[in-house]
Amino acid sequence: MERAVHDRGGWPTDARIDRREHELADWELLTDALVGTLMREGVMNVDELRRGIESMPPDEYERASYYERWLYSVETALREKGVLAPGELDRRLAP
Amino acid sequence: MSYRVGERVRVADRAHEGHHRTPGYLKGKIGTVERVHGSFANPETRAYGADGRPEHALYLVGFAQRDVWRDYRGREDDRICADVYEHWLEEAG
Amino acid sequence: MSDHGHDHPHAPVTSGDEPPAAARARALEDLLVEKRVVRHEDVRQMIDWLVSRTPADGARLVARGWLDPEFEERLLADARAAALELGLDPGPSPRVVAVENTEAVHHLVVCTLCSCYPRALLGPPPDWYKSLPYRSRAVSDPRGVLSEFGVELDDDVELRVLDSTADIRYLVIPRRPPGTEGLSEEELAALVTRDSMIGVAQPLATAPAG
Repeated sequence: MERAVHDRGGWPTDARIDRREHELADWELLTDALVGTLMREGVMNVDELRRGIESMPPDEYERASYYERWLYSVETALREKGVLAPGELDRRLAP
Repeated sequence: MSYRVGERVRVADRAHEGHHRTPGYLKGKIGTVERVHGSFANPETRAYGADGRPEHALYLVGFAQRDVWRDYRGREDDRICADVYEHWLEEAG
Repeated sequence: MSDHGHDHPHAPVTSGDEPPAAARARALEDLLVEKRVVRHEDVRQMIDWLVSRTPADGARLVARGWLDPEFEERLLADARAAALELGLDPGPSPRVVAVENTEAVHHLVVCTLCSCYPRALLGPPPDWYKSLPYRSRAVSDPRGVLSEFGVELDDDVELRVLDSTADIRYLVIPRRPPGTEGLSEEELAALVTRDSMIGVAQPLATAPAG
C-alpha cells in the first residue's frame, strides 16, 4: 500500500531532530489567525484544513514550511467554496 | 459504543482514498482499548464540507511496540497509543 | 513576543528573507476583508489570542495538581474542566486529556499525521514538534528520540507514546521533582517546562536563575 506523504509515523529516516526554534513571523501568525477566524465563522473546518494540506503534491509538502502548507490548504478550500475565484489571489499579487 | 476498555481490537487493514485519521503504521495491528472518548464527528466526511454526522465512537487504543515495529528498540511493555474511530476497528477476540 | 507589527496591519512589512507566502497571506486577508468573509478586527483579535498563549497555563495546571491531589484527580478526569476551574482558557479543542507520568510510566506525545497540540494551554508548538523527523521517529524509535533530548529512562520505566490522531489533545503531567516539598504553586510552576508537558524532558530540578 503506498503511503500518503503526510502519514509520517515510522517513515524510514535516520535524520536527527533539528531542535532550533523560531518565533512565529507576522505572516505565520496572520495565516494561523485567518484560518482560526474562518473556522470560527463556519467558513471551513479543521478537517478541511487537514485534507487540503494532504492534497499537496508530495514533493511540495516535504519542501514547504508549516504555514506554507496551511496557506496552500486555505486557498484550496476557499476556491472550492467559491469564495476565491481561480487565479484571483495571483492577480492580486501581480505587480 | 461497541467496545469496552480492555477489549482486544484490530485496526482495519484497508486502503482509503481521501482524508482519514487512521495512521498507516497501525493498519492491521491488534491492540487493546484503553479509553472510550465518546462520540465525535466523522472527519472523513467533514473534510469534504459535510457536518460529520452520524458521529462515530472514538477510542484510545494501545499497542505493544513490539507488535508494531519488527525491530523495536525498547522494553517489552512499551506501548504506542492512538485515537481510532469505531468504523476502523474490528473484533480481535 | 512583544511587537508583531500588527499595530499597522496594512503597512507593507518587507523583509529580504520573507518567503513569497508572506505577501500571499497578507493579500489573502485583504481579499477576505473586502469580500466581507472575515473582519479585520476579528483576525487581529485571533492574533492577540494566539500570542497570549504560553506554556505558563499548562504549568499552572501541573503545579496545582502536584500540590492538591484532589485537583489532580479532576485534571486527569477532565483537563478542560480543570483548566476552566483555574480560570484558564482551554481553547476550542473538544477534549484535552492529561496523562500522568509516574515512577513506572513515562508518556511522550506526538502527532504523526499533522501537528495536533494543546495550543491553548501550551502556546505554539515548537518547530521540532511539527518536523518530519520527529513525527516519523517519535512512534517507532521513541527511546532514541528521548535520548536525543537528553532523557534516559530507568530500565524499569514503561514508555507510552500517544499519537494524537483525532481531536483529543494530550498534556503530560510530569513527575514532581524530589526535594520540592514546601515550594509554592508559583515556584513549582516555574519548574514545569513546555517540553516536560510534551514528554521530551523532565521538569527542572531547581528554579531557573533570574
